[in-house]
Amino acid sequence: MTTITADHHSDHTHDHHDADHKPAFFQRWFMSTNHKDIGTLYLIFAIFAGVVGGAISGLMRAELAQPGIQYLQGWANIQHAMLGAEPASLDQAYHLWNALITAHGLIMVFFMVMPAIIGGFGNWFVPIMIGAPDMAFPRMNNISFWLLIPAFALLLGSAFVPGGTGYGAGTGWTVYAPLSTSGSAGPAVDMAILSLHIAGAGSILGAVNFITTILNMRAPGMTLHKMPLFVWSVLVTAFLLLLALPVLAAAITMLLTDRNFGTTFYDASGGGDPELYQHLFWFFGHPEVYIMILPGFGIVSQIISTFSKKPVFGYLGMAYAMVAIGVVGFVVWAHHMFTTGMSVNVKMYFTAATMVIAVPTGIKIFSWIATIWGGSISYKTPMVWALGFIFLFTVGGVTGVVLANGGVDDVLHDTYYVVAHFHYVLSLGAVFSLFAGFYYWFPKMSGRMYNEFLGQLHFWVFFVGVNMLFFPMHFLGLSGMPRRYPDYPAAFEKWNSVATHGYEIMAVGMVIFFINVFWSLAAGKKAVGNPWGEGATTLEWTLSSPPPFHQFETLPVIDDAAHH
Amino acid sequence: MNKVKSLVLAGLLAFAPSIAMNGQALAQDNVAAAAAPAADNAAAPADSAANATEAAPVAKVAAPPRMKPTEGIGMPKPGEVTLQEQFTSTGHTARWLHDKMLLPLIFAISILVLALMLYAMWKFRASANPIPSKTSHNTLIEVVWTVLPVLILLVVAVPSIGLLADQYKPAPKDALTVKVTGYQWYWGYEYPDAGIPEFVSNMLTEEQANASGEPHQLAADNRLVLPVGRPIKLIITGADVIHSFAVPSLWVKMDAVPGRLNEKSFTIEKPGVYYGQCSELCGARHGFMPIAIEALPPAQFDQWVLSQGGKLPGAAPAAAETAQAAAPAAAPVADAKL
Repeated sequence: MTTITADHHSDHTHDHHDADHKPAFFQRWFMSTNHKDIGTLYLIFAIFAGVVGGAISGLMRAELAQPGIQYLQGWANIQHAMLGAEPASLDQAYHLWNALITAHGLIMVFFMVMPAIIGGFGNWFVPIMIGAPDMAFPRMNNISFWLLIPAFALLLGSAFVPGGTGYGAGTGWTVYAPLSTSGSAGPAVDMAILSLHIAGAGSILGAVNFITTILNMRAPGMTLHKMPLFVWSVLVTAFLLLLALPVLAAAITMLLTDRNFGTTFYDASGGGDPELYQHLFWFFGHPEVYIMILPGFGIVSQIISTFSKKPVFGYLGMAYAMVAIGVVGFVVWAHHMFTTGMSVNVKMYFTAATMVIAVPTGIKIFSWIATIWGGSISYKTPMVWALGFIFLFTVGGVTGVVLANGGVDDVLHDTYYVVAHFHYVLSLGAVFSLFAGFYYWFPKMSGRMYNEFLGQLHFWVFFVGVNMLFFPMHFLGLSGMPRRYPDYPAAFEKWNSVATHGYEIMAVGMVIFFINVFWSLAAGKKAVGNPWGEGATTLEWTLSSPPPFHQFETLPVIDDAAHH
Repeated sequence: MNKVKSLVLAGLLAFAPSIAMNGQALAQDNVAAAAAPAADNAAAPADSAANATEAAPVAKVAAPPRMKPTEGIGMPKPGEVTLQEQFTSTGHTARWLHDKMLLPLIFAISILVLALMLYAMWKFRASANPIPSKTSHNTLIEVVWTVLPVLILLVVAVPSIGLLADQYKPAPKDALTVKVTGYQWYWGYEYPDAGIPEFVSNMLTEEQANASGEPHQLAADNRLVLPVGRPIKLIITGADVIHSFAVPSLWVKMDAVPGRLNEKSFTIEKPGVYYGQCSELCGARHGFMPIAIEALPPAQFDQWVLSQGGKLPGAAPAAAETAQAAAPAAAPVADAKL
């Protein structure tokens, strides 16, 4: 959406130019202060965590393929054998189920989507897109990433220590008290809480870094209203992180003291209230879902504009719609608590406030369609993923409007309808935007083109798989199947079985993805600086692919005449 | 909000040694208040077994035969794609809102978005439209697609808020009160009005469920027996962790939170067996503590109350002292109604 004047040359011809002097391996990857390398580390980490979290959901879908307990007992026995404990009881097998759903949720939220979309793409492209040489605090950037490693280790390790009935934290990713306090003896939940503390601290540092970078390090002429929408989305997201995560930290710190030091913040018998935890958690938790999706909005906006060869329609509306979503996102949290017994007036307020979110979201959807309207559209892989995102996010969004109605939510709350809803906006929304961004920037990051055929094939197989996996969950939820159940009445068998087959198809899609990545890294065609043509107007496409180790030693100057 | 504030305050006080005296005083009051019901609850399962055996010789009235569930009523149908059939007035209103308003609306929006996308994707493909337009603003259309959703939401909000008001309509004074307590991992039901002490409800095993012709995972041994056509007020609480009392075909879902009494009132329209399942993660056997409601015609319900050694509303106030006397006295009345 901006053009730059030609006074900047990225392809340096000087010998031994500093920009391309790379440190030795250990120093480069373990002590990095380079935003691109840290971004790469985040992406590798997120892919690894995504494989772990995705494998766990595979276990869950296998168990749910038919009524009865088929595999859970065997897995629990394996877990117990690894720890030298006696074979698991049935209750311990059930507890393993709860540990699996907890791990899946926490891994996908904190260790897959967030690191990939903010840590990965944010680190890689925010500095470049605003014409900055690096992030504002490069060393803090490094610690933000490296905090993820112990956090992830703690979470994975928690599966192998006692957590109440069996091994692992079986509290759900929401870690509701008192199940997470008096209901879960043993160190597993403490480890999970500490994991969240550390991951949260890393995210707060990252948010501070992004805010400082975006507000202070824009190239001359790059005003806020000329920033690419992806940068806007990361800016809004960083503010959400900064305001929401400390509340989570407070909530889970009180969990820790309730668990270990005899406080009773969440214990009614000591004057506390279990619902205080839910209010605090969701005050963080609702902005958190926008933290996961807003950068996806930004990525999709860049891609739609690039492949339509048109500037984004209604740029200001798009930017301020994200700001509005961020602001309103802070005042709707209790729609996650409609069945906790809140008063009717509170429920009415949260119903109305939640519905308001549909307005800025609608502006975004319609603006994307208006962007392709009149464009000259080429259907490269990133564009196909982005278009898939728009439709599937719409489907996830409209079920959100249904759930917003407190009176209707009474029957849908905590059923598979909710699971379908948030997987449509996250697993089909955020994840589609991640894949769109990955294919879009793969040539820039790696210097090689991905395989177009495999990319398209990946899209179609994944598209069919995830829809088959998650759409039937609407039916299950409407007819009453609760979440977090390892077993169910025979009536729910049909759609559970369809969903499990959907998972299998999706898994094939992921195999295609990995083949594409490894093949392309090894033997992909060399990428030019701008493989996408005239539609790609943001600054990263003015650099070589991959960009020099340090870019913009001479700051680019943004053309005043540039319009959005 | 005041409550939340005072909780935070109480927490801070607990941490501040200099004012610990005040903090303790405050905390102890709460302990006393909250501990009393908690103690009752803990003792109840054991008591109820004892009561059942004691009451048996006393109750002269036989309980009505265990009702057989109707296939597909009060339970999910195989391969079902929509909401369960409803048997309360809020259920009908809510289902109307979902089926007649929200579902068509979200279908229309999804189809509209899909149609616009597919049309634009076809019409403006690079081969058909090599020169892109440079349009990037159109104030009118932006205002339209901001205001139009607002109007649509207003139209939805009116019945939605109405539904909430309807759900929260307080139960009339003569409503039958039942106390529902969630335990790890079963439900306890107590009828304070009728003087029936708490009994517990556990899931039937697969063999037992098959033997009694009920769906496994939903069938429970002792059902929550309720009258048809009479307002019911459930007082719902949790004994250990949070559970959630949910019956989809009655449009009921209310969390059972320790230390909190949640109220839910409704009137069941038809006799039948209505199943539900715990709907808040509560530990290992969260998936295995179903809810089974048996809704009986009023006369049969009264018969059931008597069979449990309970008293009917309007029976002699003295009945409390001499349950033995009350039961036979009331029995003929119940018989006459039958």
